[in-house]
Amino acid sequence: EETRKGFVTELLDKLGDDPLTPEALDDLETLLIRADVGIDSTDKVISSLRTKLNEEVLGAEAGIKFLKKELKLIIDKPIKSSGTDLLVPQKGKLNVWLLVGVNGVGKTTTLGKLAYLSSKSNYKTLIAAADTFRAAAVEQLKVWGDRSNVEVISNQSKNADPAAVVFDAINSAKKRNVDLLLVDTAGRLQTKNNLMDELAKIKKIIDRKVPDAIVESLLVLDASQGQNGLKQAKSFAKSADLSGAIITKLDGTSRGGVSLAVSEEVNLPIRFIGAGEGIKDLRPFNSYEFVEAMLADK
Amino acid sequence: MFDELSSRFEDAVKGLRGEAKISENNINDALKEVKRALLDADVSLSVVKEFITDVKDKAIGEEVVRGVNPGQKFIEVVNKELIKIMGNENSPLNENENSPTVILMAGLQGAGKTTATGKLGLYLKEKDKKVLLVAADIYRPAAVEQLKTLGSQYELEVFSAKEKNSKPEEIAKEALNFANENDFNSIIIDTAGRLQIDDSMMSEMVRIKEVSNPDEVLLVVDSMIGQEAADLTKSFHEKVGITGAILTKLDGDSRGGAALSIRKISGKPIKFIGVGEKIEALQPFHPERMASRILGMGDVLTLVEKA
Ligand SMILES: Nc1nc2c(ncn2[C@@H]2O[C@H](COP(=O)(O)OP(=O)(O)OP(=O)(O)O)[C@@H](O)[C@H]2O)c(=O)[nH]1
Ligand SMILES: Nc1nc2c(ncn2[C@@H]2O[C@H](COP(=O)(O)OP(=O)(O)OP(=O)(O)O)[C@@H](O)[C@H]2O)c(=O)[nH]1
Ligand SMILES: [Mg+2]
Ligand SMILES: [Mg+2]
Repeated sequence: EETRKGFVTELLDKLGDDPLTPEALDDLETLLIRADVGIDSTDKVISSLRTKLNEEVLGAEAGIKFLKKELKLIIDKPIKSSGTDLLVPQKGKLNVWLLVGVNGVGKTTTLGKLAYLSSKSNYKTLIAAADTFRAAAVEQLKVWGDRSNVEVISNQSKNADPAAVVFDAINSAKKRNVDLLLVDTAGRLQTKNNLMDELAKIKKIIDRKVPDAIVESLLVLDASQGQNGLKQAKSFAKSADLSGAIITKLDGTSRGGVSLAVSEEVNLPIRFIGAGEGIKDLRPFNSYEFVEAMLADK
Repeated sequence: MFDELSSRFEDAVKGLRGEAKISENNINDALKEVKRALLDADVSLSVVKEFITDVKDKAIGEEVVRGVNPGQKFIEVVNKELIKIMGNENSPLNENENSPTVILMAGLQGAGKTTATGKLGLYLKEKDKKVLLVAADIYRPAAVEQLKTLGSQYELEVFSAKEKNSKPEEIAKEALNFANENDFNSIIIDTAGRLQIDDSMMSEMVRIKEVSNPDEVLLVVDSMIGQEAADLTKSFHEKVGITGAILTKLDGDSRGGAALSIRKISGKPIKFIGVGEKIEALQPFHPERMASRILGMGDVLTLVEKA
């Protein structure tokens, strides 16, 4: 019965040109909830629309337009305050990008895509395999290294210390004048204190060993995730000193609405989106596109 | 968040104090809070709406016995209904008495299928089954090595493609032959992650199912999933046909509302939960524990008692 297909179209048909009523606001609320925006953020956005309706009469189309504008504002805010619209490695310096997140969200795949993009754009690129825990994590990463033509620094021995791998990789990066060092980390749930501490240690080693490097600590969020995504962002922000986020798996029907709360409450600029399993399926983040897709018929 | 939820609940339930019966009038605030709680727990909206209607019908007219306050009664109705929907008790794995039991794993990318394949393998091995794990994911880099690594931890045999360009359905078929010739009695087939809207990958799943004639098709779902749970379950059930589900990554702090969506939409039980990355970390699913988790009921119940 209820599928997302045509929901917006249906809504517009149903509401026609009539002024928005309280019932229509319920429908718009549904639209946001189903995009995983979450009940609290949805309440906030809808209530600003309600305030707006007290000032002027709006039809459905104008109402949706207003919502989109509000959403875009929320998402753009951290990007604006970061001072960087488009995240690219700085030339002439060592850039270290650390990819972190819970299990299975797409860290390794995203790293492979970034390695490809970076080396294709003539940045000297290196990969550190700091997931020493998951079964065949290094083998998986090496396939991505081959595909993107980027070398992978790893330690195949069992229970190798991830911080030691990062240490080695930084040494290699310095020796070879690398522009961008990409660090893959093991998936970890934010409730596992020992694993979160391990991450803090990795971050600290990078900061200490190459204080003049430009470090980006990026949280990978799966678009199909619900409200737990916000807890993830809060917790990783503490341990890994996050500077941004990447949303993956947007090629499905998931909308990634939780990233709205992540932008608002954790102030994280979204930097890239992943939309497929192929090496080219990564795009710089564009808030207009994102909001349109979030509320589009799919 | 639990605290906030609980205090809202407390307010809503206070409204019920002193009433002798639960009625349409005195229940609405409390229902609203249940709706919020379920959405916060990522239960899919369509399922939430149905649930609220059901609970309302059940609760209205409930007499409140002396000594029990109406709020308490209401929470009890909600809790019971949640448990009922999720199947009341644990539902065991199907077994085939005449030929090897075949279990097929399915789900989105990264949900935890390969890990769950290892987990079920160990679980069955501990029940003295001769277990064969089948690596039928030909797409994900190092998927076969991953399963082999997991299997090697407990000497679980892994069957993988003998030729380079074998299709998953061919691998499954060969594995079944191999299992029959070598007296394996439990076969677990790991498959690649796929989106429910990817038609060619969904048809592949159907072909794997056709050749392997499984006793179980288990949908593996990440407990952190959001509203997508409903659509995911619906599509996999309609296109492939599932017999049950495994909910993974419950060792974290997700509320796991997907459990309700999966059961309500497919009618099929959740059989196991994943509670860690190691292949020992598998537990049978218990509806009553899940109900408490979804509603944050532990907190709520104590508050209700105070109210
Ligand atoms: N459809 C789709 N699948 C993706 C995307 N990104 C990653 N995946 C798939 O998601 C699954 C998990 O990806 P990984 O890159 O291994 O995820 P991870 O975060 O490194 O996982 P762990 O290291 O185990 O925590 C794989 O099957 C990927 O192919 C995407 O943008 N779209
Ligand atoms: N904490 C925790 N992690 C889990 C659990 N189950 C799986 N994982 C982790 O989740 C990630 C993905 O698991 P996989 O088994 O590779 O998932 P998959 O569904 O086979 O992924 P694809 O084959 O890429 O679609 C890995 O890092 C696993 O270790 C669980 O119950 N708890
Ligand atoms: Mg990885
Ligand atoms: Mg797998």
